[in-house]
Amino acid sequence: MNPIAHSPHAHAPSSIGKVMLTVMLALAPTTLFGFWLYGWPAIHLWAVAIIAAILGEAFVIRVRQRAVRPVIMDGSGILTAWLLALSLPPYAPWWIAVVGSMFAVVVGKQIFGGLGQNVFNPAMAARVMLLISFPLEMTTWGAPLPLTSPNGLNLLEGLRVTFLSQPIDGMASASLLGHVKTESTRGIGLDQALTGFFTPMDALWGMRAGSLGETAALLLLLGGLVLIARRIITWHAPLAMLLGVAVPALIFSLIDGNHYAGPLVHLLSGGVMLGAFFIITDPVTSPNTAKGQFFFGLGCGLLTWVIRTWGGYPEGVAFAVLLMNAATPLIDQYVKPRIYGRDRKGAALPAKKGA
Amino acid sequence: MTLFDRFFSGMRGGVHPEGRKDLSAARGIRALPLPQKLFVPLQQHIGAPAIPVVNVGERVLKGQLIAVAQGNVSAPVHAPTSGIIVALGDHVAPHPSGLPVPTFTLACDGLEEWAELQTCDDPFALEAEDISARVAAAGIVGLGGATFPSALKLKLSRGMQTLIINGGECEPYLTCDDRIMRERATAIVDGISLIAQAVAAKEVVVGIEDNKPEAIEAMRGAARASSMKVVAMPSMYPMGSEKQIIQVLTGQEIPAGGRPADIGVLVHNVATAFAVQQAIRYGRPLISRIVTVSGGAIKSPGNVEALVGTPVRELIDFAGGYSQPAARMVLGGPMMGQHITNTNVPVVKGSSGILALTPDEIGQDEASPCIRCAACVRACPVGLLPLDMAAHIRGSDLSGAVDLGLKDCIACGSCSYVCPAHIPLVHFFNYAKGDLAAQERSKLKQEATKKLAEARSERIARVERERAEMMAKRKAARAAKERAAKEAAAKAAEEAV
Repeated sequence: MNPIAHSPHAHAPSSIGKVMLTVMLALAPTTLFGFWLYGWPAIHLWAVAIIAAILGEAFVIRVRQRAVRPVIMDGSGILTAWLLALSLPPYAPWWIAVVGSMFAVVVGKQIFGGLGQNVFNPAMAARVMLLISFPLEMTTWGAPLPLTSPNGLNLLEGLRVTFLSQPIDGMASASLLGHVKTESTRGIGLDQALTGFFTPMDALWGMRAGSLGETAALLLLLGGLVLIARRIITWHAPLAMLLGVAVPALIFSLIDGNHYAGPLVHLLSGGVMLGAFFIITDPVTSPNTAKGQFFFGLGCGLLTWVIRTWGGYPEGVAFAVLLMNAATPLIDQYVKPRIYGRDRKGAALPAKKGA
Repeated sequence: MTLFDRFFSGMRGGVHPEGRKDLSAARGIRALPLPQKLFVPLQQHIGAPAIPVVNVGERVLKGQLIAVAQGNVSAPVHAPTSGIIVALGDHVAPHPSGLPVPTFTLACDGLEEWAELQTCDDPFALEAEDISARVAAAGIVGLGGATFPSALKLKLSRGMQTLIINGGECEPYLTCDDRIMRERATAIVDGISLIAQAVAAKEVVVGIEDNKPEAIEAMRGAARASSMKVVAMPSMYPMGSEKQIIQVLTGQEIPAGGRPADIGVLVHNVATAFAVQQAIRYGRPLISRIVTVSGGAIKSPGNVEALVGTPVRELIDFAGGYSQPAARMVLGGPMMGQHITNTNVPVVKGSSGILALTPDEIGQDEASPCIRCAACVRACPVGLLPLDMAAHIRGSDLSGAVDLGLKDCIACGSCSYVCPAHIPLVHFFNYAKGDLAAQERSKLKQEATKKLAEARSERIARVERERAEMMAKRKAARAAKERAAKEAAAKAAEEAV
């Protein structure tokens, strides 16, 4: 006889694997664009990150004496490595990706107990670890060398950049935020610093120096909208994060435009777009309720802007996300849905006899 | 889900399971041929089981009372057809456990000879009490699946503001209410008017999901002459749940732990309204119902009118049998229905559907870890946090789960349905509710035991005390006597001196 099954005897056609796959598909446009923009080194770095995550996770699962296959096949580790790779400088050496990926899946996720148990976003935890431990490698940016351009690197040259750390001649460049920070410490105002460095159209398309997959704002937005349409994420956290960055940027740039960058600069640079749609929407480390997610996103945005503006680092998304991850249990404790038939405090609604 | 549904359904959460109603909706209700034997359980309702009033070997007529209601919450049972009662004993229950329950076995004689029925030519002249008394006598229970005795609801709801008639039928596959509304709208509207009269309702609203346009049209046509409103509601599960239909149609919520009557609302199902009409007008007790026989493994799905007590197997045979082996048999709808493992179980008053489902339809999978995606939070129509409740229950922290609202859960299954990790959330909640009920029972028992023990020790102490007092009294009396004797002796001695 069959074991007795509990209702419901029907299920939505969904699974963890499908969720992860959809997110990866949504990431594909910006990733492919990054591959094209930065050429073979970016492809190598991405592949190394993903392989390292699979191996690292498989090792830990073995040690924990669990079945390896289902854990690898759910795709969460691969997605973590993918997101981390997108946030790395495209010409970074291979071991940055390996150390980062291993840290993300082992320390960031498995040590907490595996999928669903980690407090901090593994990709961002790894990025912060790398930034603090290897500041040089993590802040060496290169100008785009598109695959199709005449001076683009071929496969072999790409391998040399990634695995032998061969420098790319005359191609060192600064990211927008790094440039602004450096210039402002030299006492140079934004009107000069941004001249020739920030053109909104290029920033929208992503034709500039930056992380592997963070530059193409439009493609990231496209991916995010796909996720919202597929009901993998809701609009609350992304919109709140964009507001959290844009509103203070607007206010302060109106007060002193030469000292504070405007909302467009902030929104279209660094990891804001990737963060808003793909990082802070990580279900494991964000609040449960739509309202909670809104506050969470708002906090991420505000902290990002504060760190960028007054902090020591030019970019603040990763730090902001980790700080808000720590606040997630608190948000969940205080932001709960109202239960049917009860008021906000949980007391039963009054009866209205014969009303 | 369209944007419109989300913002204007008036219900929070909810899910859109695949309807699969087209399997059975197009075909009319067919009467099932009389089976050879019927198995009529004594308990087909919420409350105390009925008490048998006929003996084994006795011949009974169709509609004859064979078991009477017992206590306040109960319903009588009638013979579904004429024949001989051949046994009163255990038969497999229409319940996942398949445990035996006391059941009449009726050998049908094929004559369909009716007992004498109490008809009524002018039911609207009846007193409210009389209507509910006749509904009670007819053994009518809520046919939406809850099987609460209907007369009791009428009695408790006199002077209601709003009578809601539930034609939601939000469970996938089920079309029995759809068909009864299409085919018997006039009788249903008549029944609704009788219920409205019994509770003196000021307003009557019939709510039907908009995936049943024919039923809406039929009901609107039948209700044209009356003041009742027939409202098309968005199709969304669990629209047909009492709490949700009230929220959608009146904008009010039943207070936690309360009943609809607390906010002046009474809800009855459309099939119940039909049964009420049959009982009042023609005196016919509830001995049959419309059952949807459907699912991917059924050869020709449809709706049949089956006598209470008909084995499920007969209905499946009538629907052409299986087109492929069924992965799971379900009594009721797929969202809240019960898995049955034996097709000898009888159709009872609350059986709305019999489903033979294929593996694809069930979509069962191994549970994987929760990724806290909160799909369950968005789906919950009550506003609970299913993922957190399940985590507490998994850790045996029942009181933590109760604090999160376990007792407010309506077990609709929306959370389990959407969970991408295939975690059986509602199973956790029902398990916890069962455990909680057991704990409360054992607590009551403990308290009762403690009270008895205290009473006993008090009684023993009292007896001791009384005996001691008695002894002391006796001793004192004896001492007094002795003293008196001594004094008397001394006096005598004195006198002698």
